[in-house]
Amino acid sequence: MSSALLYSITGLGLFAIGLLGIVLAGHVMRKILALNIMGIGIFMLLIAIAKQDGSFVDPVPHAMVLTGIVIAAAGTALALNLMVRLHRMSDPKQRKPK
Amino acid sequence: MTSLSSSLLLPIIVFLPLIAALVGFMSSRNTFQGQLNIGFAFVQFLIVVLMAILFLDEQSYQSAVYQIGTWGAPLGIDLVVDGFSILMIGLTGVLTLILTIYGAAYYADDPKSLRFWPLWWLLIAGLNALFVSGDAFNIYVCLEIIGLSAAALVALQSTRTSLEAALRYLLVGLLGSLFYLMAIAILYRSHGTLDLAQIAASSGNGLPDQVAMILITIGLLLKIALFPLHFWLPQAHANAPTPVSAILSALVVKASLYVLIKFWFEVLSGSTTFGASQVLGVLGGIAIVYGSWKAFRAKQLKVLIAYSTVAQLGYIFLLFPLSEHAANTSSFSGSASQAAIYFIVAHACAKAAMFLSAGNLILSQGSGDIAQLKGIATREPVNVLIFTIAGVSLIGLPPSAGFIAKWLLLTTSIESGQWWWVLVVLSGGLLAAMYLFKILSLAFDNTLDDGAVQIQPKALSSKVLTSSALVLALITLALGFNAEFILNISHPPVGVSGI
Repeated sequence: MSSALLYSITGLGLFAIGLLGIVLAGHVMRKILALNIMGIGIFMLLIAIAKQDGSFVDPVPHAMVLTGIVIAAAGTALALNLMVRLHRMSDPKQRKPK
Repeated sequence: MTSLSSSLLLPIIVFLPLIAALVGFMSSRNTFQGQLNIGFAFVQFLIVVLMAILFLDEQSYQSAVYQIGTWGAPLGIDLVVDGFSILMIGLTGVLTLILTIYGAAYYADDPKSLRFWPLWWLLIAGLNALFVSGDAFNIYVCLEIIGLSAAALVALQSTRTSLEAALRYLLVGLLGSLFYLMAIAILYRSHGTLDLAQIAASSGNGLPDQVAMILITIGLLLKIALFPLHFWLPQAHANAPTPVSAILSALVVKASLYVLIKFWFEVLSGSTTFGASQVLGVLGGIAIVYGSWKAFRAKQLKVLIAYSTVAQLGYIFLLFPLSEHAANTSSFSGSASQAAIYFIVAHACAKAAMFLSAGNLILSQGSGDIAQLKGIATREPVNVLIFTIAGVSLIGLPPSAGFIAKWLLLTTSIESGQWWWVLVVLSGGLLAAMYLFKILSLAFDNTLDDGAVQIQPKALSSKVLTSSALVLALITLALGFNAEFILNISHPPVGVSGI
């Protein structure tokens, strides 16, 4: 088994785990984490695609991963910000411990 | 030295809103803020008009390409414009101008305007860039720019419900984009390029292409909010500030729809099947009935309009089964695509007009409850008139853009021998009449009611709020008289020669 194939399968696995997480998770924090795991799965797949020939490394998927990381960071930051603001608004008495 | 061509204007319509966003981000709150942003919107409008004129004049319906940095397709990123995208850019340009004027009046005395304008222009930049993008990964970036700025705009109200709606909107949008990104990874692996034209040239009926098409469809359906993936839309569109509600319903859902149409009919047309198109059509049909029913049951005016968007999006999805009849390959050049394009334009104008007039009614009445609208026609006759005109178009009565759109859908259904869609379209019109007449009968009801909650109606702060909504309503009417214009821009080019 080549390392590229191993990375591809792991990437697909992470994508599936993340997808399952976002459907099943109850808390927003878990959903945000699940989205990030999905994203990392795709990034791993892209890195594996970059070396599918074995002879040379294709830089285009690397550029895609870098751009993707920036976007994921921005999206996560916005989601966390909204989550924290919602949390502050909620009544402390009605807040149930998880 | 080359002569001026429409392709040279392509980078400008991407950069202009970005510059406007930067200016908005850096400037402090001042009295010229509104005028400055209207100025940006007006310049963009002029460029779009110039671009449309040049495109129709010189290109003979061939797509125009601008190579960024003159790198060319496989290495660099191309900006491409064809008939469909010039129509979407034109729609964006016109709606941006009117909604920016409305937004300037809406946020005239509001400190939130400082946060509104940069996000607003980022959203416009994302839309413009998406419609001219010829690169699969570039489209992903545009989808994310649109998704992030739209979610932030929904959160601008800072109420609990709007924050919840924004968070759900954001998460759904990110999930949809990730599905799309996964598909791009698969496409890049099998085609070795991200350029849409090159993918289209080498795409076939293979397993990777089919998996990619499924992932793209699921991801974009989440963003378009086709039933049963519509769950996030009503709250997000209803709890946003009024100009944002208008642009979300008019343009943002259409942006994802544009990408789906591009992939379905041009890039990966070999992977689509008759069965899949029928599934999309059935979901669209259910969306029409379900969305209309939920709109009828809504207690809040903006929620009603948002559910109406769910229903109206259903009509556009009838495009997919209806365009299957001609030959074996589905193309985006037949009468079904004309109907869909006309529907997109008609719905964008009518829904924007409806959201603006509803926003005015809510501002005037101080409440978004439908029950509180009783007798409002005597105080706000013009806004009720605008609401009515937009409603006439949504129901599909002549003379309005909605009538032409529905007429095209009906004739296409009969031509293609799929008569069952006729029943869906007609019953959808009936249901739309039900929920809109419910509002109108309340608005014209002047009988006194003892049980009514006391409200303090106040006059609108600016006449601009009403007049910009009125312009949109008049455009909706004018489109009903001038159907040829829209169809001529969009019809011959799309899908004829690949991309």
